[in-house]
Amino acid sequence: MSKKKEVVAIPESKVQSVLQEIMSGDPVRIALSILLGFFIGAIFMVVFNTQVVNAWSNFGADPGLAFSSVWWTIQDGYGALFTGSIFDTSAGNFLDGLRPLTETLRFAAPLIMAGLGVALTFRVGLFNIGATGQIMIGLAGATFVSTRLHMPAVIHMIVAVIAAVVAAAVWGMIVGILKARTGANEVIVTIMLNYVATALFTFCLRQPGLLLESNGGGTPKSDHPDPTAMLGSLFGTGFNLHYGVFLAVIAVAFYWWLMERSTFGFRFRMVGHNPSAARAAGIKVENTFVWALALSAGFAGLAAANQGLSLDGGLTTSIEAGIGFDAITVALLGGSRAGGVVMAGLLFGAFEAGSASMQVSGVSPEVLGVVKALIVLFIAAPPIIRAIYKLPKPKPKALEPTKQTAKVSK
Amino acid sequence: MKLELRNITKRFGTLVANDNISLTLEPGEIHSLLGENGAGKSTLMNVLYGLLQPDSGEILIDGKQVNFASPGEAMTAGIGMVHQHFMLIPVFTVAENVVLGNEPTGKLGLLDLNAARKLVKEISDRFGFDIDPDAKVEDLPVGAQQRVEIIKSLARNAKALVLDEPTAVLTPQETDELMEIMRGLAKSGTSIIFITHKLREVQQVSDRITVIRQGKVVATPSPKATANELATLMVGREVDLETKRKPAKLGEESLVVKDLTVLDDRNQQMVDGVSFSIRNGEVLAIAGVQGNGQTELAEAIVGLRKIHSGSVVVAGNDVTRRTVREALESGLGYVPEDRKKDGLVGEFTIAENLMLDGSFTAPFAKGVQIDFAKRDEIANQLIQEFDIRTPSAETLARQLSGGNQQKVVVARELSRELKVLVASQPTRGVDVGSIEFIHEQIIEARDSGKSVLIISTELDEVLALADRIAVMYRGKIVGIVDAKTSREKLGKMMAGIAA
Repeated sequence: MSKKKEVVAIPESKVQSVLQEIMSGDPVRIALSILLGFFIGAIFMVVFNTQVVNAWSNFGADPGLAFSSVWWTIQDGYGALFTGSIFDTSAGNFLDGLRPLTETLRFAAPLIMAGLGVALTFRVGLFNIGATGQIMIGLAGATFVSTRLHMPAVIHMIVAVIAAVVAAAVWGMIVGILKARTGANEVIVTIMLNYVATALFTFCLRQPGLLLESNGGGTPKSDHPDPTAMLGSLFGTGFNLHYGVFLAVIAVAFYWWLMERSTFGFRFRMVGHNPSAARAAGIKVENTFVWALALSAGFAGLAAANQGLSLDGGLTTSIEAGIGFDAITVALLGGSRAGGVVMAGLLFGAFEAGSASMQVSGVSPEVLGVVKALIVLFIAAPPIIRAIYKLPKPKPKALEPTKQTAKVSK
Repeated sequence: MKLELRNITKRFGTLVANDNISLTLEPGEIHSLLGENGAGKSTLMNVLYGLLQPDSGEILIDGKQVNFASPGEAMTAGIGMVHQHFMLIPVFTVAENVVLGNEPTGKLGLLDLNAARKLVKEISDRFGFDIDPDAKVEDLPVGAQQRVEIIKSLARNAKALVLDEPTAVLTPQETDELMEIMRGLAKSGTSIIFITHKLREVQQVSDRITVIRQGKVVATPSPKATANELATLMVGREVDLETKRKPAKLGEESLVVKDLTVLDDRNQQMVDGVSFSIRNGEVLAIAGVQGNGQTELAEAIVGLRKIHSGSVVVAGNDVTRRTVREALESGLGYVPEDRKKDGLVGEFTIAENLMLDGSFTAPFAKGVQIDFAKRDEIANQLIQEFDIRTPSAETLARQLSGGNQQKVVVARELSRELKVLVASQPTRGVDVGSIEFIHEQIIEARDSGKSVLIISTELDEVLALADRIAVMYRGKIVGIVDAKTSREKLGKMMAGIAA
């Protein structure tokens, strides 16, 4: 009998409300998290800089130097990040000066595409950790088309992109079907499938009949993609930016339309916020999971195409470049909204682009890794940020009593 | 013990939940605290119980000021609370539950269960509770579980008991038993604060009544006040407790349920061979105590729960093995029992909630896109029509009061082309004004020729709406009777005694 149900009252789930807060992507909190991340990154730079340490050990002799060394270290470090990712002040002319910005865009594009995929699952209430594996499978699809099939220019490229998207989507769909049919937890399934996908891609790269380069030896490496299948360069020599950035633009526009305008997005969001109300409204929640995971992986497939069709060399698994994992961060940072994901992708793209010049200026680029990780940590722990900045708690949930106007309802 | 609350004020942001409330509880007195949902009763009791700290005001016990920082301190001072949802561990025995957190220990610090048993036996005998200390809590009926909660408080020497909506889960008979118990406790010197919104019970048992509305004490009427007087005080305006309606104009049968058997998530048979049919222009209400299979019955009809055997036919379409969407599209409207869980998406706006089950087709969908202009137009129209009190259609559903949330659900369902309306607990946790309004809407649906199935555990609601009443007990229909059947007889049926 269900009287049993009534015996124990379950306290309102704190976990749920914290998760909601994390996913809600409050812009102020995110901005403060980024700021705090940079601040702590600066501390790292200073503490591990030998010049600063020396200056401080001679504090008595020259206190001015001690302080100014701190200032200069931070300025050099983050200054290098700026010149490496936005504008190169030392360049001969303005256009060449913009080269770092194009690099940022180049790094940001795949992060944004894969980030949108992860964001989509967040909005459906799922946690897709599988972008890495989905990118691997997408790469396999794109590489097969770009190295083994031969077609006219442009068409070849389009077919290769579609192959990447479809291959990844099918891979993602497996997760959805497992979840819908057996109730398997998508977090565990996606993590495990990442290993499977990576191994599978490596396996394909080793098979002469599949992806291994024509006169290849023991290393798992593919041929160069056919030039007809490549995402061409946008600005010619000296610049690396290629047409992949347009794939990202299309992806962002599509994601926005899907989530905010279409009836599918409405149902996705409904399932994400309240699956049982969605079920009562006639929505097949399990099927929604399957489609959401397939679509999500499709976005990862776009990122795979961006990677696999842009490099003028043979592919190895390293081409994935941690994008699948960073995508989770980008989605989280972007509050799972189209605009937010773009901003977060650009930020992380800038980190990638700027890390080389930071290294040149003598700052370990690992500082950026610390900053990245800290930003996510702070976003994932709203109470920390609230405590540090003394922010008020989120508003209480309901405006309790009704405005009881004397009006009698008719 | 004499308990006084003096000028208690508690604010949440700009909202004043308790505004200068004073209340005295004499020894051996039953003091009813009457008010609608959201009037501030629970806040006041949470202040008394140490769960909330008042912004101003004081609490006095026997003339001495006290300050409770936690429920533990309140308990030590002799205040016991029986919550609406029981705080019991189902797999423990009564004795184990009673001593939990306050265990008597014997040699070597081991739990002395014999002492615990004796304690329960002693209290149970003293007040005629008839509780076996060794019974597992999950095997006890709800009324007995509630007595276990009371024993828990008494075992900690509570001199003042707070009963928070204790009758919500009880049959009429169990309610009567509880009233007896309350009188017995009062006679032995225990004071009781009885929180409720049910007028009949207040009249039956109170020595003193305090009515709270919008955080303020509005009156302390005499216990002899009539139900209409009490309702007027509680709501703040004249209330018509009767729902007026024309005699039923019966059409054809639009909902036919035959030999329906449904299992719950643990494969227990929750609905057991239930059959009934409803004709257009008729309201059939299913009465019964919570947990006798009504929830599962409604879910099975809508298609949310798998039907084990039997059939459901909506307007000539057999929807037995169909999806929810097919059931909805064949002309079924569904107001779920738990609006927050099944009826609304709290993080969606009102406009979005009004299209929750309409996203597949026009007018809300234009191809695969949402028709935003149409959506907003419909939303504004329904907000008007159903008197949903909200700043705008863009307000989030979770920010509305319970009554207005329920109006959103009712508006959505009734605005569709319906043949059958299934409404489960349509006015649970809703203010009196909204109850009147929702009842009128349901009667209007009936008068416009729809078949209406109401599932309610509130006998008042059943009697206000029904043309015929089916009483459910342990998954079976005990009997289907006329709406003029007496409360006493319905009460017996709700306890499983066939008519």
